[in-house]
Amino acid sequence: MKLAYWMYTGPAHIGTLRIASSFKNVHAIMHAPLGDDYFNVMQSMLERERNFTPVTASIVDRHVLAQGSKEKVIDNITRKDKEENPDLVILTPTCTSSILQEDLANFVTRASYNTKADVLLADVNHYRVNELQAADKTLAQIVQFYLQKEYKNIPHINKTKTPSVNIIGGFTLGFHNQHDLIELKKLFTELNIDINLIIPEGINVHQIKDLPQAWFNIVPYRETGLKTAEYLKKYFNMPYIDTTPMGLEQITQFIKEIENILSKNGIQSNFDEYINQQNTFVSQAAWFSRSVDCQNLIGKRAVVFGDATHAANFAKILHNEMGIEVICAGTYCKHDAEWFEKEVSNFCQQILITDDFNVVGNYIAENEPDAIFGTQMERHIGKRMNIPCGVISSPVHIQNFPLSYKPFLGYEGSNQIADLIYNSFTLGMEDHLLEIFGGHDTNQKFGDTNISSTQIVWSKQANEELNKIPGFVRNKVKKKTEEYASKNQIREITLEIMYAAVRFVTNKKLIKFLTKI
Amino acid sequence: MNMLKTENLTFECETGNYHTFCPISCVSWLYQKIEDSFFLVIGTKTCGYFLQNAMGVMIFAEPRYAMAELEEGDISAQLNDYQELKRLCLEIKTDRNPSVIFWIGTCTTEIIKMDLEGIAPKLEKELNVPIVVARANGLDYAFTQGEDTVLSAMAQRCPKISIQNHKQAPLIIFGSLPESTANQLSQELTKQGISISGWLPERKYTQLPEISEGSYVVGVNPFLSRTATTLMRRKKAKLIRAPFPIGPDGTRAWIEKICSVYQIEPKGLEEREEKIWNNLSPYLEIVKNKSVFFMGDNLLEISLARFLARCGMTIYEIGIPYMDKRFQSAELELLEKTCLEKQHFLPKIVEKPDNYNQIERIYDLGPDLVITGMAHANPLEARNINTKWSVEFTFAQIHGFGNAGEILKLVTRPLQRKSMRSSSFV
Ligand code: SF4
Repeated sequence: MKLAYWMYTGPAHIGTLRIASSFKNVHAIMHAPLGDDYFNVMQSMLERERNFTPVTASIVDRHVLAQGSKEKVIDNITRKDKEENPDLVILTPTCTSSILQEDLANFVTRASYNTKADVLLADVNHYRVNELQAADKTLAQIVQFYLQKEYKNIPHINKTKTPSVNIIGGFTLGFHNQHDLIELKKLFTELNIDINLIIPEGINVHQIKDLPQAWFNIVPYRETGLKTAEYLKKYFNMPYIDTTPMGLEQITQFIKEIENILSKNGIQSNFDEYINQQNTFVSQAAWFSRSVDCQNLIGKRAVVFGDATHAANFAKILHNEMGIEVICAGTYCKHDAEWFEKEVSNFCQQILITDDFNVVGNYIAENEPDAIFGTQMERHIGKRMNIPCGVISSPVHIQNFPLSYKPFLGYEGSNQIADLIYNSFTLGMEDHLLEIFGGHDTNQKFGDTNISSTQIVWSKQANEELNKIPGFVRNKVKKKTEEYASKNQIREITLEIMYAAVRFVTNKKLIKFLTKI
Repeated sequence: MNMLKTENLTFECETGNYHTFCPISCVSWLYQKIEDSFFLVIGTKTCGYFLQNAMGVMIFAEPRYAMAELEEGDISAQLNDYQELKRLCLEIKTDRNPSVIFWIGTCTTEIIKMDLEGIAPKLEKELNVPIVVARANGLDYAFTQGEDTVLSAMAQRCPKISIQNHKQAPLIIFGSLPESTANQLSQELTKQGISISGWLPERKYTQLPEISEGSYVVGVNPFLSRTATTLMRRKKAKLIRAPFPIGPDGTRAWIEKICSVYQIEPKGLEEREEKIWNNLSPYLEIVKNKSVFFMGDNLLEISLARFLARCGMTIYEIGIPYMDKRFQSAELELLEKTCLEKQHFLPKIVEKPDNYNQIERIYDLGPDLVITGMAHANPLEARNINTKWSVEFTFAQIHGFGNAGEILKLVTRPLQRKSMRSSSFV
């Protein structure tokens, strides 16, 4: 048992449902107690979905507990088959069914005798995988099922005449996924590469058989899609790219990898000119990083936390493209820790692999970065500590399902990201300026804290200096200085003592504030 | 005992394939109500995910709630439940020092038959904190019934005092209401010369009301039937079966019923109700002759339908998760009476509804308003059917004379938008 107040990823069945509901005409039936269909609420609220979420429950209640589901699951499957006429029904286990140990596979087999739809049992175990892993698994499972059905012993596959690609990933409730997909489509159109299929978003399962016709696959989000890409590579010899085209450097690398794949297929293309064009004229991010605005950001300290894809790539952008010091990058995707560490270890001082938000919160509290880039949780941590935060990754609230076009990938994405970064920092800076120029009643605050201290007196000069320090570090400076003084048995704090104290605790940030003023 | 004179209302029972919140959601309002409590939900990631999302921003305000998340070792009984719970509760005690810890049992604890009721008394002694166990799981209950399981567990903890010399038999009201609403209701009774000797729950666990044999108890919400049963059977209290104080009609009937038990002639109630109705007239203009369909998910449906019928609305269907005809007998009678007086047909009450079938019926009937959960609201709106999110009725203040306007505000909002839509977009 563990005490848990908040979690970054949901239970496994949510992942399965996100995949199922991304396809067209696929219906998921959860084997679950009443109340576990909360997914429908999220889908309908967050995505503001106009259609009924194709998820129903085969309810587990006392009767089921006592006597087993018997025909109930089968009846529910065949009923849905008649009512909705889906191509595929996915029976989705939950934590409850994981321990009931009913033979769901048997139900699936029996139900499929009487349905027009195909029926599959999602192969996910609640206690072994989380939401993202389950999504990855389910997508691969569905793809495998339809490809095995179509290609008994992998014959020669006819590739499309001109270069084409499958985009694997991008699904219901994904962070800015819809916008990213539009941006990716645009990118490929400009590179003159056809999109063969985007999976799972919006296709129906009968199109899956066409997947192998593409020349290669891309997996923009490594959380969901890698398993499918690996399967396609192994059995259909399809190369894949798992670089995320997020940020200018990454986009360039992404396009270079495409060049590489094309040349292996006998097509020599050079996209340098294109990349140049985009960097100069479409994306403002490259120019922005050279502009005076961005100079002001150099050396600022940031903490990044999120899923592996977004956190790693965002950290790279901050460090490589903006000159921001990423003091810590972290992810809650523990299962992908090795990759994550490899990606960020050469420029981050600290890497956090954890799904405990307290660990993240404590790190932020101790290190007081200038800005945070994280999930909804970090946004609230930032709020509490008065540190600005840009949201870059799930889990998110409804405000992160914006109506306007806000991709994170591709060239337009780089603009959006630059705005996000810049706004977070200027917001923070404006706040501090307000503090410095008396936006708050500094004297009173100081007076309040002074009462608490014992015996130690502050010289007039030191006192004035202390008052100039922005509010949110002032108390810390005061405390540290007084600690230092009492340790050294000093009664009066002068300006010199104050500097000495701060240098003694070697908090870079405090020194910076003191020397700047 | 009341006779059930409801043979004219029709009751049906469908498949139980409907959408509602898991009863553990009661944690979100009960931890706020009972200020010195801590709620520990012993379940899985599924339960945690639901609560985290359903609570929304509350979750960031360091709520006095946590999950005891069961891991594989707990399920396979490799870990010792007692030891594990002790460890977590110690941590809670050190960090938060609550006056009571509620253990909320879930589907998983039911299935693996974790002996919460057995462990709690032992740990309670060891840690010196009361531990109250409530099994509010999705196998047995829907949404607001969660509160019922908690209150019924609390009822057993109420100190039982021996018969005292009261002038009148003591009156205890049960049901968790926001402080201001509770005060308003208390005042209404005080005005009639009835003093309330306690609420279940009070603001603090340490103030649990004393319940002596022969006390009167009355509920404020229609989903509290287990609590009522516990109070009657275990505490030997006498239940006042009244309609619920929702809407001015319900509030008046509730007070009158209590008065009648104490043999008090109620004063000024008729004028009071009259005045409220007058104030509501702008709303009544909007709802008059409009039709409404309750899909059913929170057990407030009968009372709300009765109030809306009194407002002049036609009720097509009242879906409801669970229908305790005895506990709600007075409410059902009032509903029937209201419909007859208003010369409306009597609505169909559908217990354990089937959402899929209901949507077919909604297409057929074309009601002006569907009161439903969030899962169906946006899709129905996209099909040009007006909806009101049912959960709002659970969180808004809807009890007593003063709050009738709140209910109508909720109900009329989508109806007004419809007129806006037709004038500017069509
Ligand atoms: S229905 Fe059961 S498993 Fe689901 S959230 Fe409720 S208690 Fe937990």
